[in-house]
Amino acid sequence: MTRFILKRLAAAVFVLVSISILVFLIFFATPGVDPAARIAGRNADQLTLQQVRATFDLDKPIHIRYVSMMKHLFIDRDLTSYVNRGAEVWPQLTQAIPATLSLVFGAALIWLVLGLALGITAAGARKSWIDPAIGIIGIVGVSLPVYWLGEVVNLITQGRLHATLFRWVPPLGYVPFTQSPSGWFLALLFPWLTLSILYAGIYIRVIRSEIVGLMQEDYIKTERAKGAGEKRILIKHASRMSLITVVSLFGLDFGALVGGSALLTEVVFGIQGVGRLTFTALQNFDLPLIMATVMYAAFFIVIANAIVDLVYAWIDPRVRRG
Amino acid sequence: MAEKLLEVKNLCVSFKTRKGIVRAVNNLSFSINHGEVLGIVGESGSGKSVSMSAVMGLIKDENAEITGEVFFNGEDLLKKSDEELRAIRGKDIAMVFQDPMTALTPVYTIGWHIREQLQLHSDISDKAARERAIELLEEVGIPDPAKRVDQYPHEFSGGMRQRAIIAMALSLNPKLLIADEPTTALDVTIQAQILDLLERLRKTYNSSIIIITHDMGVVSELSSEVLVMYAGRMVERSTKSSLFANPQHPYTKGLMNSVPRVDRARTSRLETISGQPASLLNLPSGCAFRTRCPSAHVACTEQPAFISDSNGYGAACFLLTQGARS
Ligand SMILES: Nc1ncnc2c1ncn2[C@@H]1O[C@H](COP(=O)(O)OP(=O)(O)O)[C@@H](O)[C@H]1O
Ligand SMILES: [Mg+2]
Repeated sequence: MTRFILKRLAAAVFVLVSISILVFLIFFATPGVDPAARIAGRNADQLTLQQVRATFDLDKPIHIRYVSMMKHLFIDRDLTSYVNRGAEVWPQLTQAIPATLSLVFGAALIWLVLGLALGITAAGARKSWIDPAIGIIGIVGVSLPVYWLGEVVNLITQGRLHATLFRWVPPLGYVPFTQSPSGWFLALLFPWLTLSILYAGIYIRVIRSEIVGLMQEDYIKTERAKGAGEKRILIKHASRMSLITVVSLFGLDFGALVGGSALLTEVVFGIQGVGRLTFTALQNFDLPLIMATVMYAAFFIVIANAIVDLVYAWIDPRVRRG
Repeated sequence: MAEKLLEVKNLCVSFKTRKGIVRAVNNLSFSINHGEVLGIVGESGSGKSVSMSAVMGLIKDENAEITGEVFFNGEDLLKKSDEELRAIRGKDIAMVFQDPMTALTPVYTIGWHIREQLQLHSDISDKAARERAIELLEEVGIPDPAKRVDQYPHEFSGGMRQRAIIAMALSLNPKLLIADEPTTALDVTIQAQILDLLERLRKTYNSSIIIITHDMGVVSELSSEVLVMYAGRMVERSTKSSLFANPQHPYTKGLMNSVPRVDRARTSRLETISGQPASLLNLPSGCAFRTRCPSAHVACTEQPAFISDSNGYGAACFLLTQGARS
């Protein structure tokens, strides 16, 4: 276990270093992004530009600049934005992370429960109307665009019905859990549902077809020959085996969302999350903020992968090693 | 005991497919007594597995049509509900399949599988079931069973897995064991060990065994009676000794010649039956074997009747009635 953790930490460091170098190089190789001009503001004179370059180490060779930025980001933690002078990067990130994590964890819980429950039910009810009915739910879920769905939800819960039926729905935005657990829950409820519907649709379909495929396996025939009932075979054998696929799929989706792919949901519901932060940073060509959000995303994806591998080993003895 | 353990009468299984109707089993009738070993031989695709699945009620395909009668202990299994059959499967009739590598759910231990088999049909505590599993593993020749019982299928070799599967199949002391090509996926040396094991267990448990194979060598090892199938039909049925001494059907002769035998010179080439096994979708009229048969003649375009003696031994071939022709 210690070895596993050390190995993963080493991998994380390697990934972070490589990605940061890549981001750094791409930024400075992009034409027309003189950071000094941005920091100094429009129409700055040469002298101001010189000063800015000196304070931000922009007159140094590129590797020194890199090291300096990493030092400010990771060690001094006082890296400031190129665009909003003086705005530090760390506080922005540490405010955004809990919002994104809350959003994604909650949604993931909902879509996993829905996906498993409906996927298994559909696979087990293949000969009745239940399977096609669940199939339609899945297709609807997959085909609703998050942005559109979010706007509709807002229109309903924040609009005319807000005065009556949805009076309990707080205004758009994120409420930290530490500030008010119930406020946190209510503020996130509709974002959770909105984000999870797409994934629930995908997971229902994937789980159903995975189980239907697994029901053709030889060991299912063995179970029938042993006298096991269809329900037992479905739950204890086929569904249990399907978890192996679910976990690897989930690792990818979860990692991407935590890393910032929940952008649309964050925007529609006014949640200041990592997705939004990344988006703003990219729009403004704000290297320090880009660097910080990319580092965060890479780190989280490495962690998510490590957790997936642990869960994987836990549910599939074949990947465990001595 | 006068009553047969299993008696199959006019079993027919066909599948509706997009390309037409596949008649996988056609008018199959046979029986097996307590303590007997029946071998069912035939090339692959001749309907051996389908007929056994039909007997066990394991054909789940909606496009399948099954007719005939399957009496087990005097009751027609084909008339039973799935629930009633479930009480019989694994308890009175157990089954061992061809490929031990895929026959066990990979995420459960060997002991779990055996315990499941026991608990499906009896009230036995987890602890007692584990003890029993260890005993059974020991009995089928798995070394260090107390440790092995907690291992996963992938930690067992193919031969060991098949032993464990046999242990599981015999755990409730079934009256009938159906072994569908239990050695086909294994190395030759392991094959012999598994056959020895089956023979030894048959003596201890006094179970009847139906052993399905495409290998005459396996038949000669184990069975007392043999049923030869071709393209879904029984073409010959005999005791092992008379089958080997005096095969009646040209197909049986062909199968026999394709097996290496000690009494023949090492250098003599193995013959194989020429041509492809008949396609079930597009069977020739009359005897399905006639397109590959060295003795085929005009009469063979009609279906030959199964000519049998009072024991039910005989063959379905015009050679039996007409003798030699010009
Ligand atoms: N569900 C099915 N649908 C259509 N054809 C089938 C089905 N199951 C088996 N068959 C056909 O039945 C024939 C006999 O198969 P089988 O009993 O498995 O042969 P074997 O003698 O090798 O065990 C094969 O030609 C196979 O393709
Ligand atoms: Mg077969």
